[in-house]
Amino acid sequence: MSNAASATMETGTSGFGVYNMKLGMWIFLLSEVMFFTGLIGAYIILRFAGPDQFADPGVVLNVPLTAANTFLLICSSVTMVKAFAEIEQGNQAGLKRYLVLTAIIGMMFVGVQVYEYMQLAHEGFIPLADLYAAHGRHAAEGGAVVGGPLYASTFYTMTGFHGAHVSIGVACLWFTVFKAYRGGYTKNNYGGVEIMGLYWHFVDLVWIILFTIVYLI
Amino acid sequence: MSTVATAHESGTHDAHGQHEELPFLRKYVFSTDHKVIGIQFLFMSLLFLLFGGLLAMAMRWQLAWPTDPTNAMPGGSLLPETMFTSGVMLPEFYNALVTMHGTIMVFFAIMPLLVGVWANYLIPLQIGAEDMAFPRLNMASFWMAVPAGLLMMASFAVVGGAANAGWTGYAPLSTSDVYSGVKLGQQLWTISLVILGFSSLIGAVNYITTVINMRAPGMTWFRLPLSTWALFITSILLLLAVPVLAGGLIMLFFDITFNTGFFNPVVGGQPLLWQHLFWFFGHPEVYILILPAMGFVSDIMANGARKPIFGYKAMVWAIIAIGFIGWIVWGHHMFMSGMNPLLGGFFMVTTMMIAVPSAIKTFNWLGTLWGGNIIFHTPNLHAIAFVALFVIGGLSGIFLAAAPVDIPLHDTYFVVAHIHYVLVGGSLFGIFGAIVFWFPKMFGRMMNEPIGKLHWLLTFVFFNLTFFPMHMLGSGGMMRRLYDPTVYPHIAQHQDTNVFITVCALLLFASQFLFMFNFFWSMFRGKKASANPWNANGLEWSAPSPPPHGNWGGRQPVVHRGPYEYSSPESDEDFLMQTAPPTGRPTPAHS
Amino acid sequence: MDRFWRLPQNISTYGGDIDSMFHIIAWITIVVFFAVELLLVWFLFRYRAREGRKATYTHGNNRMEVAWTAGTAVIVVILGVMSRGLWLDIKDPRRFPDAGLELIVTAKQFEWNVTYPGADGVLETDDDFTVRNQLRVPANTNVRMTLRSEDVIHSFYVPELRLKQDVVPGMSIPAWFEATVPGQYVIGCAELCGIGHYSMDASFYVHTAEEWTQWNAQQQTAAAGGATTNVASADATSAEPAGSPAAAAAGTSN
Ligand code: HEA
Ligand code: HEA
Ligand code: CUA
Ligand SMILES: [Cu+2]
Repeated sequence: MSNAASATMETGTSGFGVYNMKLGMWIFLLSEVMFFTGLIGAYIILRFAGPDQFADPGVVLNVPLTAANTFLLICSSVTMVKAFAEIEQGNQAGLKRYLVLTAIIGMMFVGVQVYEYMQLAHEGFIPLADLYAAHGRHAAEGGAVVGGPLYASTFYTMTGFHGAHVSIGVACLWFTVFKAYRGGYTKNNYGGVEIMGLYWHFVDLVWIILFTIVYLI
Repeated sequence: MSTVATAHESGTHDAHGQHEELPFLRKYVFSTDHKVIGIQFLFMSLLFLLFGGLLAMAMRWQLAWPTDPTNAMPGGSLLPETMFTSGVMLPEFYNALVTMHGTIMVFFAIMPLLVGVWANYLIPLQIGAEDMAFPRLNMASFWMAVPAGLLMMASFAVVGGAANAGWTGYAPLSTSDVYSGVKLGQQLWTISLVILGFSSLIGAVNYITTVINMRAPGMTWFRLPLSTWALFITSILLLLAVPVLAGGLIMLFFDITFNTGFFNPVVGGQPLLWQHLFWFFGHPEVYILILPAMGFVSDIMANGARKPIFGYKAMVWAIIAIGFIGWIVWGHHMFMSGMNPLLGGFFMVTTMMIAVPSAIKTFNWLGTLWGGNIIFHTPNLHAIAFVALFVIGGLSGIFLAAAPVDIPLHDTYFVVAHIHYVLVGGSLFGIFGAIVFWFPKMFGRMMNEPIGKLHWLLTFVFFNLTFFPMHMLGSGGMMRRLYDPTVYPHIAQHQDTNVFITVCALLLFASQFLFMFNFFWSMFRGKKASANPWNANGLEWSAPSPPPHGNWGGRQPVVHRGPYEYSSPESDEDFLMQTAPPTGRPTPAHS
Repeated sequence: MDRFWRLPQNISTYGGDIDSMFHIIAWITIVVFFAVELLLVWFLFRYRAREGRKATYTHGNNRMEVAWTAGTAVIVVILGVMSRGLWLDIKDPRRFPDAGLELIVTAKQFEWNVTYPGADGVLETDDDFTVRNQLRVPANTNVRMTLRSEDVIHSFYVPELRLKQDVVPGMSIPAWFEATVPGQYVIGCAELCGIGHYSMDASFYVHTAEEWTQWNAQQQTAAAGGATTNVASADATSAEPAGSPAAAAAGTSN
């Protein structure tokens, strides 16, 4: 993908003066926005329609853990910016360093999310309605409303699709790292890194919104 | 066709051989050439159109002679017991027919015929680009559509049969096999549509980028042919609408498969949520299904009238306006759904407003014909039919848009009539016109005019005879998706109308074999076509027919004027190509 | 024009208003239709290609653009505003007239169960009685229905009432009508709801006051015999309470 970008970077551009690969990524991200808008919108509608199906913040979900995880992801955005800044200066070593760092933090984020999922499932926070009826956690413990299968369904769907996006991002990051080691990027040819960054920042942004809506509100 | 240009013959064959060394697979199957991909889409979607038509014929037969073994559907006996038993079609199979007819026609026939085919084939040629911005993505988009189609077809063969909850797949009927008797089929339906959605998504990214970035020197925004404008706006609608449907479909799939309960009231889910998600996509979708056709019709009609399109800028703004207003009208499909009536009131007003840009287009087409020197070549006939029929479909839309009037009309054959006037009378006629018009560019040969005209005439006549009476069936109270219309006395009394409709539908279908024959015969035997057989102005006509890989064989076309300079005082001929250098004569104010 | 459109007989108080709205739109669209199509045909004939003739070279006319844009906008906005009031009168619960009779209509694959308030005239008390696949109401009385579904989405549709309302599981949707013409009609289901959708009909009787009181009394006494029997009868396959005057009619309707 990124070599196509660099190719089009040299050949001049018309239109908005943005080279194809970058413009394409922006346009693609627009549709991603609509995708998550759909999921979040559905969550909001369902939650308003049946509040008793959902729990207050912190009752079911482990907010501190996820807050830490959110911080991790934000850090990875910073390292991604650094990576871009380095290659703008043509600094290969710096590029590699920060790309690898970003990829690793990304993997840590996914890891924490998987751990969180296992915890929640263990506590009986299960999406499948029938399973929930059988092994689901029930208000009996603690009294506070713990919601129902619908809560779990929306939670796992939204965070799950975000997790998938992060994982794909990580894969692309390693690919970029690989190319970087092959010297694929230079001072005046770093399209691949740039669009990688665009995607990564987008995924990060989506998470901040999800975290606020799903965990804090 | 009055005159055939001798100009531009030159260069038809240069730069032709240069890509012969490509192996067959790379050249015709896994090709990244936008033209080949466009043609691949053409064959795929025409096959689906044919299949969707066959399903319609099966439905019509059932509706005319329901549960009457003495008059069983031909070939019905060949179908398995689960569809057709002792000369009688089963209700579950009828429901599957309706569902798959709608789904296949909308998603696998008309949508690819409008966007997949022409966005790929036309955009680079009309804006003067060698190819798409992302040729490999483009190939991927086609090779995703294929498995999507295969999955959809496969669903007929699986246990329980194909999806049977309507093309709108309303939950909870669609999410529970307890209610519908179909599980696997509905799952395949969902997966197939998600894959197809992704295919048109990357397609859209490609088209939008290409139009923005790859226009030839001099090709300003307001010199783009309306086809490209329409396809551009359509791509934006696709880009923003499809992901929402995908989200909904995924939830639907989870509900079917894991009983997650998004749309299941028993665990607090919302059946109406699905409807909102579906129609939020669904209404922009119906404009996705008409805008490109409007574009083709504009190009063809200006060419047929030998006259600049009337109100070019107004046409462009109308397309954009439809694109915008289309996002805030989806509720008109849900007037009766139990949605808050105040919302209904809002959606009613916005829906009414959408008539305005359509009016602008309609009257500008009339204006284009006014004072023209009209040539009745087959494409133009189809374009004229488009205007005549789209207006009927649009006006019936006004009945439905008025919520109180929609109370008796909702989910009746009045809606079915509306659908087909806009989708068949509109989109499909636009498609026929486009195919005949750009056929010579695609295959280097003309389609046969007399056969084409006959096909047009028969299709026009039988189309109206088939679908107009449905308005009365609808206002008479005949509901949609009825397996046997004779159950209700107030419908049974109109059974003769249903029989009449079916006979005309069969004739309508039969007439399409003329087109099929013409299509394949002309591909090999048709009259050889010059580069610009219709004396048209667009850039695509400055490339040889068919254009080589790279379209202009390395030469970069330069644009000097708008695409509709017909009968311009600037030239002696009645057309003036966008590429023709300024003649130095006094240039008219507008261009 | 009704015969052209085959509009069913109208038996409800607001049906007339809906029909006249229908006719207003019909006339407007018919005029527009003929205007457009006749212009089209005339242009095609008048400006057909002839040798040595060149088309008029023009790129349009802004005054006309404004004219037809504004013209259309005015018409559709007026139509929108006119329809909105009628729409809310029919569908907005806050505008419902006071009910003379309240019913609960419960749909399920593939039948309609109607629950009547019983002797105390109050719903959801144990003297309620439920009748399967038949809706009986007195003429010239305001009937308010609460529509519920036990499985999938159905749609309550009586063409003669000009009333249609989806019935959604998990929702209780209010609807009202006032029937004016006594007689027997048919309730249909207008939303695809599965294999039996095409035959999910029920008989609908509009009674004169006397007939109604008689039938109602009968049912109530039957109900007094124990609400349970009637609740049972709701699910039983042949749920016609014995001795009902409608036994025969209902029998034919299914
Ligand atoms: C190509 C597809 C297409 C197009 C272009 C349209 C165009 C329109 N549609 Fe249609 N529609 C469908 C495809 C389409 N529709 C489908 C598939 C369904 C059924 C879905 C399902 O349930 O299965 C549907 C259903 C549908 C409904 C829901 C019906 C119901 O289920 O009860 C409504 C209601 O408002 C509606 C309205 C309109 C309107 C107002 C327009 C307007 O855009 C039309 C505007 C055009 C004109 C008005 C004509 C030209 C204008 C003039 C000549 C100017 C003068 C006009 C006036 C002064 C009025 N449509
Ligand atoms: C989108 C386009 C489209 C098209 C083209 C059609 C075409 C036709 N439809 Fe379709 N129809 C729908 C979209 C379409 N329909 C939708 C969305 C629904 C709602 C579904 C639902 O309720 O869920 C519907 C529902 C519907 C119903 C209502 C069923 C019901 O509610 O019970 C009926 C009934 O008569 C019907 C009939 C027909 C007929 C007779 C045709 C005829 O026009 C068919 C004639 C045949 C053709 C036009 C194909 C000819 C083939 C070629 C020209 C290809 C040539 C091939 C090669 C060259 C290789 N349709
Ligand atoms: Cu119940 Cu259709
Ligand atoms: Cu719509």
